[in-house]
Amino acid sequence: MKLWKIIFATAVLSFAAASAFAARTDLVIGIPLEPPHLDPTAGAAAAIDEVLYANVFEGLTRIGPNGEVLPDLAESWTISDDGKTYTFKLRTGVKFHDGSDFSAEDVKFSLERARADNSVNAQKGLFAQIDKVDVVDPATVKVTLKNPQGSFLYNMGWGDAVIVSPKSADTNKEKPIGTGPFKFQSWAKGSSITLVKSDNYRGAPVFLDKVEFRIVPDAAAAVPALLSGDIQAFPFFDPDSVSQVKDDPRFKGVIGSTEGETILAINNKKPPFDKLQVRQAISYALDRKAIIDGASAGLGVPIGSHMSPANKDYVDLTGLYPHNVAKAKELLKEAGLENGFKATLKLPPPSYARLGGEIIASELREAGIDLEIIPVEWAQWLDQVFTKKDYDLTIVSHTEPNDIDIYSRKDYYFNYDNPTFDKIIANLNLTSDEARRKELLGEAQKILADDAVVGFLYELPKVGVWDAKLQGLWENAPIQANDLTKVKWTH
Amino acid sequence: MTAYLLKRLIIAAITLVLASMVVFAVMEILPGDPARLMLGFNASADQVELLRNQMGLNAPLALRYLHWAGGLLSLDFGRSYTYSVPVIDLVRERVVVSLPLTLIALALSTVIAIPVGVFSASQQGRAGDALAMGAAQLGVAVPNFWFALMLIYLFAVWLRLVPAGGFPGWSAGTWPAVKSLLLPAVALALPQAAILARVARSALIEVLNEDYIRTARAKGLPYRAVLWRHALRNAMIPVLTILGLQFAFLLAGTIIIENVFYLPGLGRLVFQAINQRDLIVVESVVMLLVAAVIAVNLLVDLSYAVIDPRLRGRQ
Repeated sequence: MKLWKIIFATAVLSFAAASAFAARTDLVIGIPLEPPHLDPTAGAAAAIDEVLYANVFEGLTRIGPNGEVLPDLAESWTISDDGKTYTFKLRTGVKFHDGSDFSAEDVKFSLERARADNSVNAQKGLFAQIDKVDVVDPATVKVTLKNPQGSFLYNMGWGDAVIVSPKSADTNKEKPIGTGPFKFQSWAKGSSITLVKSDNYRGAPVFLDKVEFRIVPDAAAAVPALLSGDIQAFPFFDPDSVSQVKDDPRFKGVIGSTEGETILAINNKKPPFDKLQVRQAISYALDRKAIIDGASAGLGVPIGSHMSPANKDYVDLTGLYPHNVAKAKELLKEAGLENGFKATLKLPPPSYARLGGEIIASELREAGIDLEIIPVEWAQWLDQVFTKKDYDLTIVSHTEPNDIDIYSRKDYYFNYDNPTFDKIIANLNLTSDEARRKELLGEAQKILADDAVVGFLYELPKVGVWDAKLQGLWENAPIQANDLTKVKWTH
Repeated sequence: MTAYLLKRLIIAAITLVLASMVVFAVMEILPGDPARLMLGFNASADQVELLRNQMGLNAPLALRYLHWAGGLLSLDFGRSYTYSVPVIDLVRERVVVSLPLTLIALALSTVIAIPVGVFSASQQGRAGDALAMGAAQLGVAVPNFWFALMLIYLFAVWLRLVPAGGFPGWSAGTWPAVKSLLLPAVALALPQAAILARVARSALIEVLNEDYIRTARAKGLPYRAVLWRHALRNAMIPVLTILGLQFAFLLAGTIIIENVFYLPGLGRLVFQAINQRDLIVVESVVMLLVAAVIAVNLLVDLSYAVIDPRLRGRQ
């Protein structure tokens, strides 16, 4: 009898233990767009980083879940007093997935390759301030800048600045070789990309053994894929579809922030938009709440300038132009346009633009501005609006982080030209003192709002939906990535 | 017969050349720069120019057409701008999804449509006919992507018999691969089956009113034998014509259906390539599809001669 009890107890215990250890170690993640190739240093497509950033490739620094700069391949660094020399102390014992050792030479190679004349790095500007890169010893790299640059450590955390090996740099597009905790296994084109746990990772191994990124282009197909259990996580889900799964206890719907400032861009040089009153009238005519409700399922935070409300340097300027149609009409009258005018509104494919465009057109019509809506696809948008500046108004989300400097770029598609603003940005680039940077960024936000350069609408939300038993996926999207290094199944 | 065949072949060749010009011209007129699309918002104009040069986009138009068309003749389809691999490799990976899908759909639509058409024609004017044609009307009217979603909710989410989408690859085994093509094939086939059934019905009704049918009945042949052996064979020509045309519709339909079911087929490839302005992929794949459609219609033309012996002697 006693023996029977012991056997029974042992069996129960071992069952419990077995099920505790038997948590799943595989994951299928749905992504909307297929990366054109798998080299983050050779393309702007966000889909490349969504698969590889932090998982397969690592940089000197990296961006954390809330946008903070964290050490990565560089375990620490010192900055010279003049702010021009960065000395990085590198981690030792790091290996690439092909078995070769990582050293300071690889850092030099990667940075030189990214800033070379014939480089096609999509964010070449990140490296523009680098003057030279010196290998001090295998575990130390010294980077000298032409001018001090406040954002240098942040810049080195971008996916475009990851460290690659000279041996595999040319083949990373098809077979990416990095130093991260996951290594590339296979890519079934048009269908999925599979990563597996790396066996030569330096640090604590990740929880997942195998991750498949499955490409699901159609938002309508994402819901049944989730419900049927085929796919267990959609970190970037369609806001309009979230209501279909949010009350289901099997899933978790997580609304976070992004760096995507969604704006009604205005061609500042094209009459009548060259008049401040006209642009201000547009800002007064906009009802941000109605736009967010209609275009983004009520999710998304209103903005008053070009900065994410999640950013530590954010200044709330949403009160500057409250929704006021009478005021808008008055300003148009001042500008000599009391009978209103006609203009075009070009809309790229994302639903925030197509749905938001309809609402904005009806809001501006109330103020007397008659908009003709022209839907365009991305290729046309980049060609006509972005490159040729052949547009009046357009809606787009600027998803690059910390990108307020775009308003100071020469020949940018806003056609905005303000020497005072340019001076602030130039100053900002040279400043690394946090308090001073905050001050300058505040001024910059204020100028853009005062000038009503564009119609500032809202910060794009990050809507993620995944299995309730999954833990460790990013809630926010300070950069567009799916960092899986902390992801695990709870039972 | 040889002259008939030769004439058909020459027409097919001319169609191919004209199609290649149209396809190339349309893609060139379309605004959008593949280099800018790859480099995104932050790249400078110089950098875009550099990439354009690397991709060979700055060569004169006529030269690029000749280069491309010349390549096609020697079965060299060029290299994809975005994937930077030979287009033929992309096609090879994708055709193993789209071709089986299209063939299953074609087979399904024929297997459903012919019996329904024959049944309807034999029941002409009665309740069975009305019911079948009503269903066909519905099949024509319902858009296939909506129908596809309903199938997914029923068979994948609720009954869990098949996956909601995706393709495991033929390496995962024949049955799992075929299983993932079943719902898309049904979604593709039903609207086509509905059209085909209506055509079969009206062709058959017309034939059933012919004198020789009455003669056959008068000499004592059972109705069933007359219907299947004499009438159906003579009603096949319009049915085959529509079937040949439907092949083109099915290929076009895969663009939508492969998106809903996220299948890595040719339709998806073309759709993606258009968005990314991967001109060479679009041009080459569209030309392949044009060639496939022409080949199928050539086969249909030839099969007329098999069905109708009178055509064999004719020029």
